[in-house]
Amino acid sequence: MTHWIVAPIILPALVAPFIVLAARYHIGIQRVLSLAGVLALVAVACGLAWQASDGTVTLYQMGDWAAPYGIVLVGDQLSTMMVLLTSVLALFVLLYAIGSGWDNRGRHFHALFQFQLMGIMGAFLTGDLFNLFVFFEVLLIASYGLMIHAGGNARLRAGVQYVLFNLIGSTLFLFALGSLYAETGTLNMADLANRVALVSPDETVGIRVAAVLLLLVFAIKAALVPLHFWLPSSYAEAPAPVAALFAIMTKVGAYAIIRVYTMIFHPELEVTAGLHDVWLLPAALVSLAIGMIGVLAAKKLDRLVAFSVIGSMGMVMVSISLFTPAGIAAALYYIVHSTLAGATLFLISDLVRTGRGNLVLTPQAVMSGNALTAAMFFVGAIAMAGLPPLSGFLGKLLVLDAAFDSNLMVWVWAIVLSSSLISILGFARAGSILFWKAHSIDRPEGAEPPATPNSMSYAAVGGLVALLIAHTIFAGQVHSYTTKMAVGLFAPEPYISTVVETPGKLSKPKTGDH
Amino acid sequence: MEFLVASAIGILTAGGLYLVLRLRTFPVILGISLLTYAVNVFLFASGRLTVGAPPILRDGVQAYSDPLPQALVLTAIVISFGMTAVVVMIGLGAYLGSDDDHVDDRTGPDEDASEGSS
Repeated sequence: MTHWIVAPIILPALVAPFIVLAARYHIGIQRVLSLAGVLALVAVACGLAWQASDGTVTLYQMGDWAAPYGIVLVGDQLSTMMVLLTSVLALFVLLYAIGSGWDNRGRHFHALFQFQLMGIMGAFLTGDLFNLFVFFEVLLIASYGLMIHAGGNARLRAGVQYVLFNLIGSTLFLFALGSLYAETGTLNMADLANRVALVSPDETVGIRVAAVLLLLVFAIKAALVPLHFWLPSSYAEAPAPVAALFAIMTKVGAYAIIRVYTMIFHPELEVTAGLHDVWLLPAALVSLAIGMIGVLAAKKLDRLVAFSVIGSMGMVMVSISLFTPAGIAAALYYIVHSTLAGATLFLISDLVRTGRGNLVLTPQAVMSGNALTAAMFFVGAIAMAGLPPLSGFLGKLLVLDAAFDSNLMVWVWAIVLSSSLISILGFARAGSILFWKAHSIDRPEGAEPPATPNSMSYAAVGGLVALLIAHTIFAGQVHSYTTKMAVGLFAPEPYISTVVETPGKLSKPKTGDH
Repeated sequence: MEFLVASAIGILTAGGLYLVLRLRTFPVILGISLLTYAVNVFLFASGRLTVGAPPILRDGVQAYSDPLPQALVLTAIVISFGMTAVVVMIGLGAYLGSDDDHVDDRTGPDEDASEGSS
């Protein structure tokens, strides 16, 4: 048994306290340690993704206890891909935070950043639902600290909303877990998949409640309308690098929905019939529409980006809620795109804030570093709005193609296409106000122009833009990989048998020597 | 006993939800505490209600209570306790900073004034 799969959780968990204890007052040492930790994380994640790429399911039994009794970590293609995406995103976000000096505007940025990574990695790798709850809490409690990093009243107030909303979400998660345990007597995902299939169609009340509650919890995390209200304020008020890292947090919800609702409550299951197509798809379509209308209506750039994140999560959820291999494959392609595009736009909004002093969408004097920021905003906006030639367009095309056989095909096509148009208008309006109209306005007499963002900030954003472009160029390879992954998700027998049948302590209670 | 436990969970949840909907920091935090008490009892009950049955192996005992929910409840208590402490601190900071303990977004004349400092 190889121990590498636990490294993405252990490594940040060790780096964070070391930063707090040993390098508390030395921002330079903190930066070096944090960066080294994330670089090692990227390397480990690459290794894990390569190991899983041929379909191997890696199982790690904590303390060698066999599956239904002990907690397991499972690395399959989906979870290792998400781990890799998180670590790469974290690298560029960290570079930006260091370059722009955000990490030095309050205490303990790097330690909280590492704890946040630990929670996200754990949520992707765990094979146990209660453990998923615990890792959700780890990532949330770190995100509370990051959210109010650098302080300020507006940020604290948004922080209160964010924390309270998530506390209610956690309580709901516990209710869901309790009812699931009362019905099945297990919380291991693979074991649950076996046992839920045995529930007779006459006694489905409890399991239906559990399935719907669980879906609600994950929908809160994924900011699905009407559970999205926590997102715009908290993402807009959070420090920009933190908001960019949070771009992966909504995807944790999407990941959990894919995992639980393809393996445990899969679409053919009679007890949860109707949950996927009757409820999830319309909610996803409404989120897509509301998100993109919010892009058009926003008065400030950070809110605009936050609403575009809701819209792109809506797109991801539309594709997921088709629950076909083609739909999931398109969703996974779009998840990578939407994470990178959302993070890029949040960082660009901070470039604008640095060069201009505020983010209000009214014509003001030309910002410092106008040309480069404008070029990057142009690329980010094209990607997010889904115009050719970037990956947003390809992702949207894949979603439309996957929806071709759906009963609601007309609705999906109509809403996806019209919301694209609305988001193009929204981004075009914001871009022309910020970058073009500025040329017709003179700076007031005696006003100092704000500082230009430094080159390291630009390099970090440029790195994310380069990743977006690479995601477009290698779209064929990525999509064929996600297709393989999606087909595997709908045939989870290798996953389940690996988890349930691998021997460990307690798996043979008669012959054990304890 | 089932009726007592079920109604206790129900009343705690109802009271918690009512307080959460008050939308001022202090009642909302109290409401969330009530909700977490409710969910702790609920988790406890998810392993079936037993009286006087030991959770771990003993000689000469036929009926056991389920030990797993008890471990889950311990975890949930620790987490909710920590979270409540965090939200009290952040809520206090926000209240002292802006002299306003409303949880919801309010668009007031001070919104534009606070813009420059963010």
